[in-house]
Amino acid sequence: MPETQPILETTPIPETRKILLEVKDLTMDFGGLRAVDAVSLNICAGEIVALIGPNGAGKTTFFNCVTGIYKPTGGDVLVHPPEKKTQKINGFKPNRVTTIGMARTFQNIRLFQNMTVLENVMIGRHCRTTTNIVGAIFRGSTTKRQEQETIDICYDLLEKVGLVEFADEFAKNLPYGAQRRLEIARAMATDPFLLLLDEPAAGMNPQETKALDELIVRICNTEQIAILLIEHDMKLVMNISQRIYVMEYGKEIAQGTPADIRSNPKVIEAYLGEDTDA
Amino acid sequence: MVDNFKRSFLVALWFVFLTFPLMVVKVNTLKNIVEWRWINMLWVAIGAFVLSLVWRWAMARRQLKSKAAEIGEEGLVKPGLGQRLLEDPKVFKPVLIVLALVTIVFPLLVDIYQTNIMVLALIFVVLGLGLNITVGLAGLLDLGYVAFFAVGAYTYGVLNTFWGFGFWISLPIGGLMGALFGIALGFPILRLRGDYLAIVTLGFGSIAKIVIENWEEVFNGAKGIAGIPRPGFFGAEMNIASATTYTYYLMILMVLFTIFITNRLKDSRIGRAWMALREDEIACVAMGVDMARTKLSAYAFGAFWAGLVGVVFAARNTYINPNSFTFMESALVLSIVVMGGMGSIIGVIIAALVLILMPEYLRAFSEYRMLMFGAVMVLMMIFRPEGLIANVRRKYAGRTVKTEEANA
Repeated sequence: MPETQPILETTPIPETRKILLEVKDLTMDFGGLRAVDAVSLNICAGEIVALIGPNGAGKTTFFNCVTGIYKPTGGDVLVHPPEKKTQKINGFKPNRVTTIGMARTFQNIRLFQNMTVLENVMIGRHCRTTTNIVGAIFRGSTTKRQEQETIDICYDLLEKVGLVEFADEFAKNLPYGAQRRLEIARAMATDPFLLLLDEPAAGMNPQETKALDELIVRICNTEQIAILLIEHDMKLVMNISQRIYVMEYGKEIAQGTPADIRSNPKVIEAYLGEDTDA
Repeated sequence: MVDNFKRSFLVALWFVFLTFPLMVVKVNTLKNIVEWRWINMLWVAIGAFVLSLVWRWAMARRQLKSKAAEIGEEGLVKPGLGQRLLEDPKVFKPVLIVLALVTIVFPLLVDIYQTNIMVLALIFVVLGLGLNITVGLAGLLDLGYVAFFAVGAYTYGVLNTFWGFGFWISLPIGGLMGALFGIALGFPILRLRGDYLAIVTLGFGSIAKIVIENWEEVFNGAKGIAGIPRPGFFGAEMNIASATTYTYYLMILMVLFTIFITNRLKDSRIGRAWMALREDEIACVAMGVDMARTKLSAYAFGAFWAGLVGVVFAARNTYINPNSFTFMESALVLSIVVMGGMGSIIGVIIAALVLILMPEYLRAFSEYRMLMFGAVMVLMMIFRPEGLIANVRRKYAGRTVKTEEANA
């Protein structure tokens, strides 16, 4: 459970990095179509990693395989949670993956529309709380305390993403950018060590993108949550990510720092095109 | 306004023309003459005119409302009367007290027949509240809900005929049996959604009825089980009148019990998980909610209430047969939930009372029952798709409590 810390401008990133997520030769076939072809990827603690590629390159499929929505056809997904032993999570159900500590957001926003903003975040706490039916009916002291704790943690999270004033609003009534941030807050409520963001800046205007950019860096720095993001907004990717993986037609074609990627001819050919200056 | 009158007038004319052969011309085959009933034409015209005006007025109002909601001025539109009743404690409390008094003295004021009908209505209130968990909260459409009701009723019937179990022992067993069957139905349909779910549950309801009808040895088939004892009260001898009154109070308690428990669950971790499941299954699972467990618990818990009141139903009627558990009952309970407002407890209670009591007191129109039923449903869907009383979301106090703790 994260202690509520004051938001700092920057915190130094530790030099000795521990690998959190290790994906080896992940392959996913849909019938005859190989959507993801032997993609390998590592994410270390305190890192922001971007996964980019043209539309249809298999990025979201990769995400779905890692988070358990699809069962990969081949390859291994290994997680090394901090202070816990390594687990191979191929074919785990999504809720188990989340319980281990990897939370995600969705490309097309998937909020609980007819629930309030606060309740949306509270769902994220589901896997960290234990109240069962009997507890809910009798509402004993443990249940009450847990409930209040949940509410407090969720308010804190809403504060972090700047949505406290909307807490009792229905999620569907939020503006688009706020819905994106709410999805991030909901994912953070599950106490993850790794956050997977699927196109968080899609459909946002430049100001919103900038705010999001800051939010992501802040989450990474102050909450010690590593981040893997899929994104099309090159400015955002180049600005905040420390390493970038590039996919095309299901294959990994390049990886490296933003500077490497920017000058990689393969990437330019496949994806960036005349947009290299972006 | 003038335009409205003109249009309504045209509508009236059109209806006069349409209904002319039916309503005006009548051939008397005995006397071989044609009777012209011009007066009917007048009634049709007036009726069509008035209805059309009312319709126009209602539609205009609805459009106004949705427009206001679109431009974000929801606050300007006054909340409905029901909503205000519930939210204003000054109104709410006296209403509650009067209601409580009426409920308590009700059986003393009216005859057994009325009390008996009220017991039936209360049974459907509990059924509605139970299905509300499955359909309203967890969003799992269940068209075979009556099967669990039957499970409860037959549990009591069978336990009583074979082993002489009493009402009070059978009551919890009936509820548990309902929950058990809920889980049994839940397992095969964990992966289904929407239409498919509806069809499978519909099939389950039919299967339950057919099994009961044909398994002569246990359920006594279509003949049903007779002579089921009414609820006992510490072995006291009761005539029919006092037993009915007793059952009435018992049902009142049971309704309160149901409200209490469903309310508690609704505002808990479990209830929130159910709602999240209704809103978006994939997101719900991705946020760490165990789908299988949540779905099964929603089914089991909804079915539990049906099983519980099934026992009461058997005791009230003292006779059960498969015909009490047809698809019509499932549809009725579902309409109660839809009409009352998905997820709203008070809405469901009102809807259950209306839908059960109305046909009883309007026996004169019994031929048109289904027609009126359908009309009410269509009108509801057009004008209040959120149900009689929309589910008001709870607000959570977070900050204040926390600062108090910090100060202490």
